Amino acid sequence: MAYTKRMDGRAVDELRPIEVKAGVIPNADGSASFKIGKTWAIAAVYGPREMFPRFLQDPTQGILRCHYAMMPFSGSGERIRPGTSRRSQEISMVMEKALRPVVDLSAFPNAVVDIFIQLPQTDAGTRCAAISAAAVALAAAGIPMTDMISSVAVGQVDGMVVADLTYNEEAYDGPVSDIPIAMTHISKEFTLLQMDGEISRDDLLKALEIAKSATEKVYELQMKALQERFKKE
Amino acid sequence: MSNITVQERDVVIPGQVLAEGLDYLPGDNTYRQDDKIYARALGLFSLSGRVAKVTALSGPYVPKTGDKIIGQVQDILMSGWRISTGTAYTAMLNVKDASARFIRVTEDLSKILAIGDFVIVVITKVTSQNLIDLTMKEPGLRKINGGRIIQISSQKVPRVIGKKASMISVIKEKTGCEVTVGQNGYVWIKGDSPENECRAEQAIRLIEAKSHEEGLTDKIQQFLSK
Repeated sequence: MAYTKRMDGRAVDELRPIEVKAGVIPNADGSASFKIGKTWAIAAVYGPREMFPRFLQDPTQGILRCHYAMMPFSGSGERIRPGTSRRSQEISMVMEKALRPVVDLSAFPNAVVDIFIQLPQTDAGTRCAAISAAAVALAAAGIPMTDMISSVAVGQVDGMVVADLTYNEEAYDGPVSDIPIAMTHISKEFTLLQMDGEISRDDLLKALEIAKSATEKVYELQMKALQERFKKE
Repeated sequence: MSNITVQERDVVIPGQVLAEGLDYLPGDNTYRQDDKIYARALGLFSLSGRVAKVTALSGPYVPKTGDKIIGQVQDILMSGWRISTGTAYTAMLNVKDASARFIRVTEDLSKILAIGDFVIVVITKVTSQNLIDLTMKEPGLRKINGGRIIQISSQKVPRVIGKKASMISVIKEKTGCEVTVGQNGYVWIKGDSPENECRAEQAIRLIEAKSHEEGLTDKIQQFLSK
């Protein structure tokens, strides 16, 4: 049986309800909360500050460091052991690579900007929520950036190309693919493109097209959250 | 044909288009790509003449030559002190810049400035790698004794000082406290009683929270008159 109607009744390119907030952690230099459906990411930015251990310092420019972590009971399955895992290490790495192209740290040699992301609750699309939250937190921290990064997952569920998959869709009994994407706003370049599962060439192109308009929606909300936080009068 | 795409004093986010066309020039926190000017940081947009610029609303303190800052002695070296500045970079206070008095080679530097002491200093040099040189030889620069140090966002420092130091003189006058604001966001408050110091601190916190409001000096005056 083909997947003809989405389980939660959304249109194919419709995102789950999104709620973005900037400045949620007073002690951090910049912070943000990004909720998309049941997935919730909180990002805190500290720095630029002195880089330790010292051998990791780069005298030509500052370093961006991401720490992604899901909270122990955030998923719907078993308890997640806190701390780093293979998975969280990989996601931290891809997050850093997704954000690095727009962050300009040339004025901060030998320093580091740390981003900590916690996910209190998850329902697929965590790395996308984390990247979107981190981009808002970086901007709120006043880190020089040439552009914004907005991130969303697209994919295919048994022949239907959709945006923003839930865990139930990812676990659908049939050919499924989950493609997390991060995009710059001005040049519409991909800074993150991964895939789980399988997809045909035509469907992939269709999915990437959907991603373009979907990240644009995320961008609007990121912008609104930042303006709200720093609005005058 | 050139035009500005945002309003004066709008909050703009990184990557937002500020102006189109080649008639405008990119100023602080902006950059030009092709025929458009974009914001490089989050801040308030303003246009002065043909220059489009963004005034940052948050972000780290960037050390500049001539800035008066408050630092803390972090380490004692052979020929001076390492001073932490509240940024990613520490600064160097050389023996010859520390005092008008001649300090002999054999002297114990910890007797002059010990680790943990706070000092009011001026930045004399900043290199491209953000190595900072300091001096304590100008009038008003010295080691801090007593009082309390609070930290505020360095972006709010001009507001705490006020136009022609109007704001800070209100605080000084109303609380009887001595207040020194470092450009790096460290503020030293010393009064004759802890109560007055607390009042001065509260006033500064209020300025920090309401920095965007008009007529803030009057509000602070009212607050301190209560």
